[in-house]
Amino acid sequence: MGPEGTWEIITGNHAAAIAAKLARVKVVPAYPITPQTTIVEYIASFIDSGQMEAEYIRVESEHSAMAAAIGASAAGVRAFTATASQGLLLMSEVLHWAAGSRLPIGMAVVNRAVGPPWNIHVDHQDAMSQRDTGWLQVYVSSNQEVLDTILMMYKVAENPDVLLPFMVCLDGFVLSHTYMPVNIPRQEDVAEFLPEYSPSHWKLDPNDPITFGNLALPDEYQEMRWSMDLSMRRALDLIEDVSEEFFQKFGRYHGGATWKYKVEDSDYVIVTAGTMASEAEVAVDELRDEGMRVGLLKVRSFRPFPHRDMAEVLQDRRGVVVIDRSIAFSSGGPLGIEIRSSLYNRSGSPPIANYVTGLGGRDVTYRDIVAMAKDGIGRIMSDRLRRPYYWFKLKPEYERIELSEEVRM
Amino acid sequence: MGLGVPIIVPVSKPSKGAAGKTGLWRVERPVVNEDKCIKCWLCWLYCPEDVISEGDNGFPKIDYTFCKGCGVCADVCPTKAIQMVREEE
Ligand code: SF4
Ligand code: SF4
Repeated sequence: MGPEGTWEIITGNHAAAIAAKLARVKVVPAYPITPQTTIVEYIASFIDSGQMEAEYIRVESEHSAMAAAIGASAAGVRAFTATASQGLLLMSEVLHWAAGSRLPIGMAVVNRAVGPPWNIHVDHQDAMSQRDTGWLQVYVSSNQEVLDTILMMYKVAENPDVLLPFMVCLDGFVLSHTYMPVNIPRQEDVAEFLPEYSPSHWKLDPNDPITFGNLALPDEYQEMRWSMDLSMRRALDLIEDVSEEFFQKFGRYHGGATWKYKVEDSDYVIVTAGTMASEAEVAVDELRDEGMRVGLLKVRSFRPFPHRDMAEVLQDRRGVVVIDRSIAFSSGGPLGIEIRSSLYNRSGSPPIANYVTGLGGRDVTYRDIVAMAKDGIGRIMSDRLRRPYYWFKLKPEYERIELSEEVRM
Repeated sequence: MGLGVPIIVPVSKPSKGAAGKTGLWRVERPVVNEDKCIKCWLCWLYCPEDVISEGDNGFPKIDYTFCKGCGVCADVCPTKAIQMVREEE
């Protein structure tokens, strides 16, 4: 077991801010948005009280926040920011610039529904819609995991084989504003685990001027995208290694790219992400009490997507129930879509029941997960799994219309 | 783990022709009429490609390898000393 830290009872946002402090980030461009606001407020207070030495830049928008983070990271220092929902979408263009410039910027994304209509509650569509920006994305389900994952992901992102920015995604309010006990590691231990960032691939230096993001035409562009893709794939192994190293040093393990709960002997496996995965653990226990052999595979890393883990764990099961908190209109849940592509070319690939639910913060309890698992297992066993995905927990009057769709298939 | 990842960064050192031979883009070429030129050097100041310099005879000289033919110089010239002439086939 690793060295002792101190215990505090804090929110997920507070944990994210402490992680930025422990990571010794040097620049924090900040623009507030619910439910992210207290992250940048905590960081401002750390800097103000001298607990943290960093440049705090108050910018006029999230687009500028990311542009400033790019400038800082390009100048060779560790940068951090945080956002949510519309803020992340406003950043979208610059997210591509950060990744394409190979800058390992860290960001906490407090998952919140996208408008209209305005809604401040949890939903993964904000981050999942940024799937192809070249950012690593990890979804977490406790405040301790928020803190630990930010530290681990800097280490992954700054690896010379990766050099891509990362988001740690935490569920709005469910984590961001909920108090939990969190162990805060000692600064000197974190410094040993995560040394100062010192880039060797490129940096802005007035004594050796270069430009970045210049023109690259058809004979050069494609290899740059390939290089990002390869780095992303290599990051998968690194996430496992760094999680193991973190465990050795601090005694905590949250999983690598995925986390497995009672999957060994399972006939059916539930797959989900974020705080729904914590509820799903309880659901697995309930279902097992009822005599069903069910396990849980929690997706931590959505980018890179752990296709190999999926194939290894899910192949030859009787069925898989994937629960998504995001809608890819007319196509299903983003996790469901990915997992199908992990399994499609494999022999013994199990049937997949994909559910879309919990949008805009609609509560998804372990009871709901038990209900989805039973519905999915029932469909698989009775050969009634006809549609690529199902909506769950619609109001009854709309549920009727949705059910009528089934007849049309 | 396989071979190291070639991290291909989109950065470039400033150098002459960093964006290739932009002269190939040209449809019209700027031609300086030295009789009209008053050597105000506005064309030199405005040229986005920095291809105008002082020639041996003291008048503006254009490097056609990189002049992309944008016509900015002709537009800013106060005496209309620069004419855009269509490139021959
Ligand atoms: S045409 Fe454009 S590029 Fe060419 S010399 Fe004039 S200003 Fe410069
Ligand atoms: S702008 Fe016209 S007048 Fe002035 S230096 Fe250039 S060519 Fe001559």
